[in-house]
Amino acid sequence: MLREKITPDTTKKEIGQISEISDEKILDCLQCGKCTAGCPAIHGMDIMPHQVIRLLQLGQVDKLLASTTIWGCAACFTCLSRCPRKVDLSKIMEALRLIVLRTKGNQRLEIDKVPELLAKQIPQQAIVSGFRKYVK
Amino acid sequence: MNYSYYPGCTLKTKAQGLEACAFKSAQVLGVNLVEQEEWQCCGAVYPLAADEIGTKLASVRSLVAARTKGEKLVTLCAACHQVIKRVNHDMKTKEDMREKVNNYLQLKEDYQGESEVIHYLELLRDEVGFESLAKKVKVSLAGRKVAAYYGCLLLRPREIMDFDDPERPTILEKFLESLGASPVNYPYRTECCGGYLSIEREEVVEKMVNKIIDSALQQGAEEIVTACPLCKYNLENSSLCQKGEIVVSYFTELLAESLQVKEG
Ligand code: SF4
Ligand code: SF4
Repeated sequence: MLREKITPDTTKKEIGQISEISDEKILDCLQCGKCTAGCPAIHGMDIMPHQVIRLLQLGQVDKLLASTTIWGCAACFTCLSRCPRKVDLSKIMEALRLIVLRTKGNQRLEIDKVPELLAKQIPQQAIVSGFRKYVK
Repeated sequence: MNYSYYPGCTLKTKAQGLEACAFKSAQVLGVNLVEQEEWQCCGAVYPLAADEIGTKLASVRSLVAARTKGEKLVTLCAACHQVIKRVNHDMKTKEDMREKVNNYLQLKEDYQGESEVIHYLELLRDEVGFESLAKKVKVSLAGRKVAAYYGCLLLRPREIMDFDDPERPTILEKFLESLGASPVNYPYRTECCGGYLSIEREEVVEKMVNKIIDSALQQGAEEIVTACPLCKYNLENSSLCQKGEIVVSYFTELLAESLQVKEG
């Protein structure tokens, strides 16, 4: 990770979008790492949860948009419930996903996949969630 | 007593057992659950984006209908509960969203989060009471070692869900005790099952659920109960469950069994 002093006026346009969509303050994070320590889905992530915030503080959004991490977060709210600064990472992950999904051509779930999912006996709620989480 | 009841999509399809057992038990307990007339699917996940309003409207409509009837709104699916309770909290606390939603819905009277949303388990704990529930038990589940699996959605975020201690919850254990069963304490009972990741990240989910089940087995559990159809699906899909090491059922199934109303 880069050794760099962070200032609140990090410029990239996506940073502004992320604070608007998530309504979270990335500068509140003190990089204690508790979120990463408790994350149950960490084995599906290439960038660790606390590093997500660090990269945002440094304005390096592109790495995050291309990461597996944002699609590996289960929105379980464990990180939020243990964070000493009450940073809601699930909302930041959602904002990052939305920046990808709100761009044309980036949908991740096709309607044609539904019969296949139903055949697996997956509950309806998962399919509905899929359309909420992977399509905009 | 009368309550408005919000079922949600999965309880009308894959998880009919969760609902049927809850209804039959409610009857015995003197609780009158009346299904809302025009409920819409809540969307299954709470829309985390602050700038999304449309995806929150279905919940608001149910909340408004409960206000009109002057009844508490009872949920049964953990996911619906999370969505509706959080949207209600937004309507109470976020002025900007409240204004937009009310401008759009054009209700006779603005909605400001007045309704109260309670989960069926809270209904048992706070309205029926576990002690009076215990007195109604016909077939005690004595000797059954049951692991309560909470998952995420009922517990977190604590400030909003206001359900139980998110790290050391006790409501399901107390519920099981009132049926005569022996709850098994195990560290992974509040850990996430992977939820919707099962749509595209099955391998990630597999590891998550096996850890949970392994933890329950190590503490001597013989069965697991949950309040969420997706948790049940994910747990049952784990290799440990597929091998027949443990069975997963809904908490209402055990309730109906002990009240002797499960069959028929
Ligand atoms: S737990 Fe909170 S303060 Fe600590 S690193 Fe994670 S987000 Fe930052
Ligand atoms: S919300 Fe996402 S990042 Fe936070 S603990 Fe859960 S899976 Fe990990």
